[in-house]
Amino acid sequence: MKVVNHELPSIDGKGLMMGRPAYTDDLAERNSLIVKVLRSPHPYAKIVKIDCSKARALEGVELVLTYEDFERRPFTRAGQGYPEPSPHDKFVLDQYVRYVGDEAVVVAALDNKIADEALSLIDIEYEVLEPILDFEEAYENKIVIHPEPEIHDMFPIGFEPLKNVAAAYHMHVGDVEKSLNESDVVLEQSFYTQAQAHAMMEPHTVNARIDYQNRLMIYSSTQTPFHVRRIISQVLDYPLSKIRVIKPRVGGGFGGKQAIHGEILVSAVTLRTGKPSKMVFTRKEVFESSYSRHPMRLDIKLGADKDGTLKAIDCYVLSDTGAYGEHALTVFMVAGSKVLPLYNKVDSVRFHGNVVYTNHTPAGAYRGYGAIQGNFALESAIDMLCEKLNMDPIKFRQKNMILEGETSPIFAIMGEGTEGTAMFMESCKLDFCVNRGLELLDWKHKYPRVKQDNNKVKGVGMAIAMQGSGIPYIDMAAATIKLNDDGFYNLLIGATDIGQGSDTILAQIAAEALGTTLDKVIVYSSDSDLTPFDTGAYASSTTYVSGNAVLKAANDMRKMILTEGAHALGVDVKDIEYDGVVLKTKDNEITLKQLSNRLYYNEDQKQLTSTNSYVGTKSPPPFMAGFVEVDVDTMTGEVDIIEYVSVVDCGTTINPMLARGQVEGGIVQGIGMAIYEEVLYNKKGTLITNNFLNYKIPTRLEVKKLTTEFAVSYEEAGPFGAKSVGEIGIDTPPAALANAIYNAIGVRITSLPITPEKILRGINELRGQKNGK
Amino acid sequence: MKIKVKINGYNKTFDVNPDEYLLDTLRANDYLSVKKGCDNSSCGVCTVLFDGKPVPSCSLLTVKTEGHEITTVEGIQKDAERLSEYFGHQGADQCGYCNPSMALTVYALKHEIKNPTDAEINDYLVGNLCRCTGYQSQHLAIKKYLEDDQL
Repeated sequence: MKVVNHELPSIDGKGLMMGRPAYTDDLAERNSLIVKVLRSPHPYAKIVKIDCSKARALEGVELVLTYEDFERRPFTRAGQGYPEPSPHDKFVLDQYVRYVGDEAVVVAALDNKIADEALSLIDIEYEVLEPILDFEEAYENKIVIHPEPEIHDMFPIGFEPLKNVAAAYHMHVGDVEKSLNESDVVLEQSFYTQAQAHAMMEPHTVNARIDYQNRLMIYSSTQTPFHVRRIISQVLDYPLSKIRVIKPRVGGGFGGKQAIHGEILVSAVTLRTGKPSKMVFTRKEVFESSYSRHPMRLDIKLGADKDGTLKAIDCYVLSDTGAYGEHALTVFMVAGSKVLPLYNKVDSVRFHGNVVYTNHTPAGAYRGYGAIQGNFALESAIDMLCEKLNMDPIKFRQKNMILEGETSPIFAIMGEGTEGTAMFMESCKLDFCVNRGLELLDWKHKYPRVKQDNNKVKGVGMAIAMQGSGIPYIDMAAATIKLNDDGFYNLLIGATDIGQGSDTILAQIAAEALGTTLDKVIVYSSDSDLTPFDTGAYASSTTYVSGNAVLKAANDMRKMILTEGAHALGVDVKDIEYDGVVLKTKDNEITLKQLSNRLYYNEDQKQLTSTNSYVGTKSPPPFMAGFVEVDVDTMTGEVDIIEYVSVVDCGTTINPMLARGQVEGGIVQGIGMAIYEEVLYNKKGTLITNNFLNYKIPTRLEVKKLTTEFAVSYEEAGPFGAKSVGEIGIDTPPAALANAIYNAIGVRITSLPITPEKILRGINELRGQKNGK
Repeated sequence: MKIKVKINGYNKTFDVNPDEYLLDTLRANDYLSVKKGCDNSSCGVCTVLFDGKPVPSCSLLTVKTEGHEITTVEGIQKDAERLSEYFGHQGADQCGYCNPSMALTVYALKHEIKNPTDAEINDYLVGNLCRCTGYQSQHLAIKKYLEDDQL
């Protein structure tokens, strides 16, 4: 291959480094009204009285909106396909506020200063209600967070708001109780994960204007421009045909920009005032008032025989969706569906539990999407089970894990909010990933620990993981390719580059299929008026789903060129040889450049345009093995990460360098969740970790050495053999680090993040046990 | 109030409020390479050079720039372009939102420390957060650029 599987620089890196205007706020109208939100200081309260008269009277204030200004129309901000698997439990503005940071009043003013002053002039009288701040107390609590009668699910998802249940799920294969009873060894353990923040560098940003055709035109930093258009239309009851959503360059998303955040508010302001408006979230708002990862408690039971055969996995999960149920069911299900098939040889599996409402910041989509939570629990539990079995955890995994050609009943049972799709692993190099990772980290000389001179101990740990490649039968992507004079192409895609490099790799796919070079494929994404539909950048769908759409469109274009070339040369298509540059017969030829100029200006004039689309019939999982070496200070509890080794099977890497970037970026985010990113609320339910000083994402000092390799692998169903790779990198660090820390010092931490305090407490407990206390 | 400041080599006069931050002044005057990431100098994406030293413009009052020289990426286009080639060849550019601030900080580093060690590079850039790359590719790109492009 000439373009695919080559390490080409991204097509946009230069312009962005040079600071060319590209992001949402760079493209706002200069005289936009500034939209700001007065947010709830209470975790749960009813608005008894709002007096906006002083704010409305302030010069420069154009509009003040309260819940009384909106029709009561429940929806979900989740940003999913329709009908959504998330409950419609949110109103644009409501008389009730359900977390600290929830929207109470919207102000639009001429500038920042006036908007701030207007917010300070609003008098709200709240009836403060008792909140639920502990998700383990939410189920059937006498406090009901969503008593309102209009809210509903779109299809059965176990939605029982009067019990504070946003979604519930139960599945089983075989008889788990029986398998556990018959197992030689049973391991039982609960794990806790926290509400990680996406912390993308560009805050949520949106602006709106009425264009010269009197249509609502929105620039949004979103992962889902087509869902944004649909949801604005539904919620504001404004014709879909009169809305245009443009996704310009996005400064990072990681799932945080799948949902609708400010889009409806600026649309409402612009539609009501006729004036352009914009909203840029403060960093505090990003932390407090967008959404986070779902915190979970995962109760795991594993049963195995003495010979190391895993027989049963039983998993009860309680998930905290916060004040609104965005992605409640689907994240919950992925905690099972993209974890449990790793061990496909068990007799029985059970996976069940509830997703409950609390008065915390809502949870939603975040890279890993449940798989990282499930992976932490299961892959920690596997190491704990091996300890009980007195068996090497690598040998145990090699004996029990999924291999190429195999399947798991989970695939057919569990999808995302619906039933799944049965599939066999046509590409699964997990065994290679494990073996190669052992070599790269020099595991055999380091496992389980190497004591240092001082108070430090080095240890190693590992975990295996899988993800998916889009949602079968749901995620649809489309691509349009246009041939220009001079023989270059436009590639128009609804797919959403949020920094992951999809514009580049989709152009590589097109260029390879068209037999041209990357510079001849001009990419434009995404614009609801100009580009064909794509569900958006989520569920690891872009390389696989959008990539297949691009490949189909490119193959169509190639056929069109051959047809026109044959016509121009006066021969049959079968008599032409075409390398993407010159169409040749035995005694005649025409270059693509000549042909395209001819089609534009001279003879048989026509525009060649191909459009094709793709919807997956399966979701081939990428796999990986993650290995980490840590250095634990037994005096302070601090952990240094010496090296993180990732060996990944994502099929063909369309651009190995950009694929590595996805893995490495995921690894470091996963490391952040594992050991640094603590989420703290005060007793009143206010998020304390609401800025980068309190919420500590990894800096460049924490990253010592990342080693990343890819297995040679080919997925038949993928474009040029590719699977997706956007999420898989984040999954292994929590479990691999927990296992490494245990291997180093014998302290098993089961709640994230693994802070020095928890490690020290564990060390002290161990010492206490040794001293017989 | 009127503030006279040199921006990217040009003398400018801005009419600003006394409590206005430089980030807002710059963006309002179309220096759009300067980005907003946080509000309290903790992410680095709003970095500009203040008399050659990298500072977060989100926390610098515009009035404090009176008589000083401010550099944004618009003022070091060639250097940014050159650095971008190194980023490109390491796969170190993802969302790109922090990249102009990286270009400015690396530019200042280049002028301040000759042949910096790995630790010096890391220390100099520690305030420039990136959530996309995991930093290693950036570090390799910056290191190679500094080796190749010594002053």
